[in-house]
Amino acid sequence: MAVTRDDVEHIARLARLALSDAELPQLTEQLNGILGHMDVLQRVDTRAVLPAAGVGDAGMRLRADDGPPTPLARGRASFAPETRDGFFIVPRLATHENASADDAGGADE
Amino acid sequence: MTASVSPSVTDAYEMVVGLEVHVQLNTHTKAFCNCSTEYGRPPNVNTCPVCLALPGALPVLNAAAVRLGVIAAHALECRINCTSIFARKNYFYPDLPKGYQISQYDKPLAEHGRLMIGSTADGQPIYVGVTRVHMEEDAGKSIHDRYSGVTAIDLNRAGVPLIEIVSDPDMRSSREAGAYLRVLKQILEFCEVSDVNMEEGSLRVDANVSARLKGETTLGTKTEVKNMNSFSGVERALEAEFARQCAALARGEPIEQQTMLWDGHKGEVRPARTKEGSHDYRYFPEPDLPPLVLAQAWVDEIKTHLPELPRARRQRLAAEYSLGSDDVEVLTATPALADYFENVARASDDAKAAANWVRGTVLAALNAGAGDIRTFRVRPADLAQLLRLVKDGALSHSAAKTVFGEMAESGQRPEQIAQRLGVLQERDEGAIEQWVAEVLAEHPGEATRFLGGEKKLQGVLVGFVMKKSGGRADPKRVNQLLSSRIAG
Amino acid sequence: MTAVADAFRRMSEVRAGAEGLNIVLSSDERAALNEERESASRAAGAPARPTLAGVPVAVKDNIATLSLATSCGSRILEGYVSPYEATAIAKLRAAGAIVVAKTNCDEFAMGSSTEHSAYGPAKNPVDPRLVPGGSSGGSAAVVAAGITRMALGSETGGSVRQPAAFCGVVGVKPTYGRVSRFGLVAFASSLDQIGTFGATVDDAALALETIAGVDLLDATTADEPVPHYGDSRTERLDGVVIGKPREYFPDSLDPRVRALCDRSLDHLRALGAQVRDISMPHTDLAIPVYYIIAPAEASSNLARFDGVRYGLRIEGDGLRGMYEATRSKGFGAEVVRRILLGTYVLSAGYYDAYYKQAQGVRALIAKDFRDAYASGITAMFTPTTPTPAFAIGAKSADPYEMYLSDIFTVTANLAGVPAMSVPIGRVDNLPIGGQILAKHFDEPAMFRVAYALERALGAEARS
Repeated sequence: MAVTRDDVEHIARLARLALSDAELPQLTEQLNGILGHMDVLQRVDTRAVLPAAGVGDAGMRLRADDGPPTPLARGRASFAPETRDGFFIVPRLATHENASADDAGGADE
Repeated sequence: MTASVSPSVTDAYEMVVGLEVHVQLNTHTKAFCNCSTEYGRPPNVNTCPVCLALPGALPVLNAAAVRLGVIAAHALECRINCTSIFARKNYFYPDLPKGYQISQYDKPLAEHGRLMIGSTADGQPIYVGVTRVHMEEDAGKSIHDRYSGVTAIDLNRAGVPLIEIVSDPDMRSSREAGAYLRVLKQILEFCEVSDVNMEEGSLRVDANVSARLKGETTLGTKTEVKNMNSFSGVERALEAEFARQCAALARGEPIEQQTMLWDGHKGEVRPARTKEGSHDYRYFPEPDLPPLVLAQAWVDEIKTHLPELPRARRQRLAAEYSLGSDDVEVLTATPALADYFENVARASDDAKAAANWVRGTVLAALNAGAGDIRTFRVRPADLAQLLRLVKDGALSHSAAKTVFGEMAESGQRPEQIAQRLGVLQERDEGAIEQWVAEVLAEHPGEATRFLGGEKKLQGVLVGFVMKKSGGRADPKRVNQLLSSRIAG
Repeated sequence: MTAVADAFRRMSEVRAGAEGLNIVLSSDERAALNEERESASRAAGAPARPTLAGVPVAVKDNIATLSLATSCGSRILEGYVSPYEATAIAKLRAAGAIVVAKTNCDEFAMGSSTEHSAYGPAKNPVDPRLVPGGSSGGSAAVVAAGITRMALGSETGGSVRQPAAFCGVVGVKPTYGRVSRFGLVAFASSLDQIGTFGATVDDAALALETIAGVDLLDATTADEPVPHYGDSRTERLDGVVIGKPREYFPDSLDPRVRALCDRSLDHLRALGAQVRDISMPHTDLAIPVYYIIAPAEASSNLARFDGVRYGLRIEGDGLRGMYEATRSKGFGAEVVRRILLGTYVLSAGYYDAYYKQAQGVRALIAKDFRDAYASGITAMFTPTTPTPAFAIGAKSADPYEMYLSDIFTVTANLAGVPAMSVPIGRVDNLPIGGQILAKHFDEPAMFRVAYALERALGAEARS
């Protein structure tokens, strides 16, 4: 299962990481090197195993539908890169450069 | 992309529709933190470390959201998974603070339900299958048209609990899709699971549509249609997309699997401007949340105590109050209206009158701007009292309408208003007899002819009496008295 | 001189030293002294004196504190001061402890040497040419340098135990779910756990006791009572069965490390414990499993660093350009590598082969532990690391070489069991740690062995 340079470019796009042409060959090689060590797992028969027992097997603890939220000791504007009128401000999506309000929210870019 | 396709082209094809409905659950706080879900607050006021996805914050699931999800799943006749798993759906979007949405994937809350959307001509029920009901969190809002060149992010909605209800591809027309949505909305409303308000976005619909030649049994390539803001918008969008697909198929072109956006103003669908590559959401089990395990006994108890669903309520109303299907249909439009009617009917002990009044006068008042039935100023007990006054003859029907108008304005009790307006009918025999006698004395010509057997003059005389009494005489009694004079 | 003032005096000595260990990322002497005064007056008025009144503690830079920055050793959070504090910090402060410093660490806890910090590598106080281990290297070093007696770190695959071993201090990773992760900046959520460092077993145990317990803000914390770990202090180990898993003593193990382990085991026997050879057959699969699961979860956990709501933002071409510029400039090479690896193993077509299979093997590793404890073992004893601290830069070339330094520690994270490292002697005058493991929530058994061994070794632990 060799990782190709195209694969690395694809996952970098998914992860919103810009890689330079200089970095790509080295990262491709490193990922292949690391994943090569993982191949040993493919030979293990895990069909009979039960999922790892852990905390919460009896079910997760739920929260009551009330009570105050964890407070913020400082206002949002104190830690946000850019705010206006209480909104967080980001550069406009390329797909919305001329548009107004279609497909508001939810979609992957 | 307009739907300028001749009917002969679409006639050869059949529409296949499945719907994905997102419903905001009616909780006080968000799905995974204690922030308020109140709509319409200033931007980002309802946010905390968890829903801002600050470094180190963790989600904890809201018990009320689980309860509402289970109620909805039962109402949709689903099989509930006593163990369900939350997963992360990973994608970048500025209104998705964590960079992933907590949702359910492999193991949803409930599966294999169904919804009856109507009956065939011969009375057989038409069902639409419900594939699954799963819990997830809402994203925030990206506002692209507020400031020039930038997008404004409001995270008040981020983390509000949702259920997504996915239907089987069982609908064959836009009309069936519309029926499914209306029935679904009503069920959710009767269960008090959601406000189901499309304007505030508490109910949102995406549609999967494909077309195939009639008689074909395999499914065609589907497209997903988004951005529809009303049920009629959904129906129109489905028609437009179906016509587009039929035209393409008729030309021998393949349908591309893609997302289409509905433009309600132009009445057309167009491809969403996506985006290189396909979605790869990299789902994996949410490690911050152990499995959601529900006790079977608890799940069963919720089923036992499920609120009365619309169909059951309609049947009961028809039987208990001897109402026709028209009345029942109108009176069960919302659970609050049905409650209102039942309270009036019980208190007045006159279901027929209650039905007529609620259907007619009450709904007219609400439509004319009196607002919501839940906050309507005329309380059911007061309306019942008004009905009793009419029945007892203390109020004429037209006076009752006037009194009702005042009640809707002031919220006062009907007797008070009737007294103040002086429209209570006089039922004192002596007073009425006196008025009759006076009228006969004041109009000797008519009196003589009437007493001589000219019965058609009775109406004129009644009118004189009513005028004399200032409308307070009971016309029925006046008629009786006049008739008895001839007979005597 | 107060304890806090003393900690700052020692901190400035270390900073002024020729080596400049670079183990503290931020501190605020005036604020800490103020807090110490408040803590003292609160303690004076309180009926019972808080357990850690006035005790200075150092905290790894990936745990949210209200006053000092929480940068996670990353550019992307440079100068970020959290508007809320971690549950563990709130508990420490409620007990009277004073946070005096945030400590250097590998960026987002990804590393085994504290070389992958955006703020430069930390150095080992034992020998500044060496790494202090990682990722909680700064916290281990602060305790080793005598600045504080207690510190908090975090573990995902050995990030407390390994630096504790390298710096010659005690390091504890509690059972998964023992300590709230609320406020611990997530690396790999199913493995992460806040751990404690101590100059002695008692210090580490007391710190753990203070921060342990169920938390309504972390759904993965367990509603288990928190024992008083000091009650585990003991002189005898009669009835205790120590498992010695052969996979942790491979033929290739440095004979000097093996000899130190044997010396410790001899002590334990002399105290009445029985030592039994056992086998944990899936141990060699732990590193591959770990380096699939941890990066997969990390790739998702680190998606929130997008320049939108907090932290670094670097403008680029539109929104995507901003995302990519921010994340590429904000994250260091090792973090980028792991995000890519994690994104890859979760992506369509590879999920089953990598992530799902790794979870299956993880269950086998957990079963090894269950089977061992079911066979009557009270605790296990192994070396914490195969070697002592290595030189700065020695393992930078091949990432996988660095990953192997966690070989004896990752299993406890994968299985969720408690484990700790105690100093058991030196090789080439460098500290070696012995690892004690116990079953889920049996920290008392683990501490019992640790207390007894610490006492039995005495000065031998430093020789």
